[in-house]
This record gives sequence, C-alpha cells and structure tokens, in this order.
Amino acid sequence: MTSLLNLPSHLKKDDLTALLKQMWQIRFFEEKVDEFFAKGMIHGTTHLAVGQEASAVGSIAVLEERDKITSTHRGHGHCIAKGAEVNRMMAELFGRTTGYCKGKGGSMHIADVDKGNLGANGIVGGGFAIATGAALTSQMKNEGYVVLCFFGDGASNEGSFHEALNLASIWKLPVVFICENNQYGMSGPAKEMMNIEDIAARAESYGIPGKVVDGNDVFDVMNGVSEAVDRARNGQGPSIVEAKTYRWKGHSKSDAKKYRTREEEQEWRAKDPIARLRDVLIQEGLLTDEEAAEIKAAAKKEIEDSVEFSKQSPMPTIDDLMEDIYA
Amino acid sequence: MRELTYLEAVREAMSQEMRQNEDVFILGEDIGVYGGAFGVTRGMIEEFGPERIRNTPISEAAISGTAVGAALTGMRPILELQFSDFMTIAMDNMVNQAAKIRYMYGGKGKVPMVLRTPAGSGTGAAAQHSQSLEAWMAHVPGLKVVQPSTAYDAKGLLKAAIDEDNPVIFYEHKLCYKTKSDVPEELYSIPLGQADIKREGSDVTIVATAIMVHKSLEAAVELEKEGISVEVIDPRTLVPLDTDTIIESVKKTSRLVVVHEAVKRGGFGGEIASVIAESEAFDYLDAPIKRLGGKAVPIPYNPELEKSAIPGVDDIVAAVKETLNHR
Repeated sequence: MTSLLNLPSHLKKDDLTALLKQMWQIRFFEEKVDEFFAKGMIHGTTHLAVGQEASAVGSIAVLEERDKITSTHRGHGHCIAKGAEVNRMMAELFGRTTGYCKGKGGSMHIADVDKGNLGANGIVGGGFAIATGAALTSQMKNEGYVVLCFFGDGASNEGSFHEALNLASIWKLPVVFICENNQYGMSGPAKEMMNIEDIAARAESYGIPGKVVDGNDVFDVMNGVSEAVDRARNGQGPSIVEAKTYRWKGHSKSDAKKYRTREEEQEWRAKDPIARLRDVLIQEGLLTDEEAAEIKAAAKKEIEDSVEFSKQSPMPTIDDLMEDIYA
Repeated sequence: MRELTYLEAVREAMSQEMRQNEDVFILGEDIGVYGGAFGVTRGMIEEFGPERIRNTPISEAAISGTAVGAALTGMRPILELQFSDFMTIAMDNMVNQAAKIRYMYGGKGKVPMVLRTPAGSGTGAAAQHSQSLEAWMAHVPGLKVVQPSTAYDAKGLLKAAIDEDNPVIFYEHKLCYKTKSDVPEELYSIPLGQADIKREGSDVTIVATAIMVHKSLEAAVELEKEGISVEVIDPRTLVPLDTDTIIESVKKTSRLVVVHEAVKRGGFGGEIASVIAESEAFDYLDAPIKRLGGKAVPIPYNPELEKSAIPGVDDIVAAVKETLNHR
C-alpha cells in the first residue's frame, strides 16, 4: 500500500500533484499511441510501459536539472519524466520534422541530449556502457551530474551489464542503474531466465549496493533512488535499484500475451501506481476529488493537443534523407 | 627532418593532442605501465597520469560503449583496442550506437571518438589475432575508416581523426609499426578523404592499403627494371574515399590493380574496382581490373602458410604484368 509514511519529507503539495500529472501524461500518451497503432495511423513498432509509470517518474523526480539519463526501448515514460515536450514526442512517432529526431528515429530513439536525455535505445542493454561513459565525463570534468541508467530484467542477462557495472564500480562513477523489473523479457519470464529472485542481488558481485523497491509505489522508488543518487554524487560510486513492476500491455504492438495469464494481469492492474498515488493524496487531504479530476483532464488534453500538433507538422522530404549522418 | 617509426608517430600525435586538449584521453587494456600490447602508449602514463591514460579491465563491450558515452557528453576519447580482431566484441557499440546516434537523434549529439587498433598478419599470432576486417566498418554509414601506411601519414591522419566530430576507426598495421619516415616535429593534420600518390607512374595504377602499399612500392621497383612504370596510390582513408585521385590515375594509365591484405571476397578492393567500373575511367581501361587480396582462409600459424595466405610482392608483379599483357 502506498503510504505517506514513505513520503520524502521535503515534498510540497505542488510537487506531489506534479508527480501525479506526469504519471497521467505518460499513461495517456501511451494509450493514445496504442490506439493509433491499432488503427494503423502510425507505423513501425512501439513498446509501452503502461503500468510502470511510477518507476520512471519516481526515479527522475529525485534528479537535479543537470543530471542525465539513458533510456530503453520502453522509454516514453522516461522521456516525459525528464521533461520532454509531448508535442515533439508524438510528432516523432508520426514521423514528422518537428519530432525530437525529425522523424528519423521513431519510438525507440527519442533523445534530447542538451537536456540530459542521452537517448532511448533499440539494443537491449545498449545503455549500460553509454551511461557509464557519460558518468566518466562527469567525473573527469568534475561536472557533478549523476547518470540514471534504466534497464529491464531482460537486459540484466546481457554481457554488457556485467562489463559496464564492473567498470563503473572500479572507477566509482556517478551512475545509478535502475532496473525496471516488469517480470518479462518479451515473452521470457524473468523467473525462467535467471536463477535468482532479485536482480539487485547481482550488485554484490560488483561490490556495490543493490536495493529492491516497490516499483508501483512512486514514493518507495523515490526513496530508493534518492539514496543511490546521493551516494553517486558524493563520489561513492554506482548502485543498482530494482523496481518490481509490471507492464500491462504486451511487449510490442504484436503480442498475444500467450506467455502469461489474465489473472496475473488483473492482480497487477489492481496495483495501478497512478490510482495508488491519487488515493493516498486524497486520503491525506492533500488533494480533492475535483482537483484530481482537473489534473487528469489537463494531462489528457495535452496529449490530445500533441496529436493535433503532430498532424499539422510537416513530413520530412527526400532532401532530408542524407542529412545528419555525420557531424 | 628527423625520422620516426610509425609507432612513435602514433604516440607523438596522441601526446601532442593531449597536451593541448584536456578533453582528449585514452582508454584501453594494458595501456598504462605496460605501455599497450605493442608499446604504442609506452611512457604516456608517466606524463599524463592514470586519469587520462586509463587502464581498463578486459571488457571490450564496456570500454567501447564507455567511449561512446564519454564522447556524447563532451570528451574526445581515444580507445585502444588491443587487436582489431576484438572488434567483434566492440562491434555493437561501434555499429549500433556510435555510427547511428547522430542520425537517429535527428542531427543532435555527436560522438567524437577514435578507435585505434592494430590489424593484419605477419606476426605468427594466427587466426584470432591477425585479421584485416576493415571492410566491415567501411560498410557502415556513420563511421569513418582510416588506414595509414607510413609514419608521416599516421601522425597527420591521427590528428585529423582526433579532431573529427564523428567516430573514426583507425587501423594500424602491425608490420607498419617499425617502418620509418620523415615526420615533422610540430603537429599537423592530413584531411580524411585525401589519397596520396606514393609513386608516380604511367603504365599501371596500383591502389593499395596499409602494408600492401609497401609491397606495391617494392613491386614497382622490380617492374621499373623491366621498363614498366607503376603509379602507386594509397587511399589512406576508406571512408571518406578519395575517388577523384583514383579515377584520374586510371584515366592516365588505363590499367588498375587493387591490392589489400584483407580477404579478397567481400573486401574493400571490390568497392574500389566498382568505383572505376561505374566512372568515366571505365572507357579508358585497356585491361580488366585485377584484384589481389587475402585467400578465403583463416590466417594460419605456420610462417610459410601465413605468408602464402596474403598477396606478396611477386603476386603484385605478376598481376601488373597480366594487365599489361592483356589483349
């Protein structure tokens, strides 16, 4: 149960409602994307993190503006939490020139390097070493920023996980590896793909802390990540924070979800991270029903507006094809 | 002017760059007090310290990705990969990340890194430490590929590579390391994409890379005794490729022999031959284009077998005569 007992004490009411709004933005963004894929209005593929909003929002909420992230193929939530404009995100999925990547990257490559989003990644485990390198820059140039590296349970079985965590550990780099354990690597259940319960336990072999948090409790995520970020910023090196969560939708747009039961899905839907946050804020008298409804409606409208923005944005032309290959 | 070996020229380029640019640093296996597998970084840790001459674990996947992440956030890393055969392990980061980031991100972000690596056979190191795999990298849009054959070229091209805002793969042929040439003391730059005419001639054009430039020059001396005038062109960079110099030479000589150590099948020589076949120089050809490359065999251990796996001076002499005798 999400509880204010876990609430980071410095948070004010505005911060709390901002978290709620961001989580709704992510939810509506992804539901809209899901709808458009079903209707064939956007092409390619996409990976939705509906149900995982708290791990993205909670992790990034404890960062400073100068901090950086690397994201994954399931990265829309990370982008929004890091402050991306939903207009430009949606436009990217529509393949328009106003998109973050001018329509050249699509869902799996949204990045905003200047703002510290070093990019989603189509390669599972592709972010480990890039995050490590960004943290090396912070250390060598004494820039003071911390890098959050998001990854999934599946990625933790890639060789790049081992190599990068070892390197980050011996060099005491300011990076925090956030595992969003949503229980499945595509169709592969985590419990069949590794012989341990907690991915955080792997931290021990690198001599770094590993902590498990309730990934559907935004406050538990914030507390766990905050501790790891402080440690990284103080020069004490990396950590793993494992957020246990669940993706409500399939792996990508074409997934019949034969590898799991509808009962299991229902159990996790009952732990909806957004409903949990809203309910606790109302219970504690920090938010009224009406205010909650207003925040939700505002988030929804932003997503609707992003669709209009995207539809009205220009398509790239053939002249754009060969641009941007080299700096 | 003083002479330097190729190896010393590479070291001098790095040292001079590092003295004037704080963002340049080197990472790689055993590059510290050991001085690198071939001794290229010997003495550098004493001058620049372990922060900038970063000795890494044996983790090609991590160190290549770390270089990408550091480059993306403002450093200019030079990655020493102990043997170019180990590109297979660094490949994901070079091909799927470094080469594509700028394009995927719609022209945002840049990856100014150099991956230096010794290539080629002739040291008795057998099949996993002797390959010439440059065609793989030349195939990938977003990378630049450099293959110097002389000490002078190595220094100037390495400076240009370090100054590049794009990922550069810099191949150093092991048998070139001990070769000497006049090398200016001051730092100078040879622009990527400029071939060099190593010897002027009028009867046949040889386009050769790396150690085959030296063998071709030897062959040219032999052929001169028989009154045959050979022009030897070293492209120096495969990407970008200076097609103009090659085309102009073939228009002059009407005959082309392409020589590289890499396996002929799928080798870069096919690209050079195709450039001529597709160009205005095609009409000038008086004989079919001749390609010499390694045999399609793993590099063997036995020294006689090793030598016979790749083109020798005699093969080049014979190929030139064959094109001249064509009717």
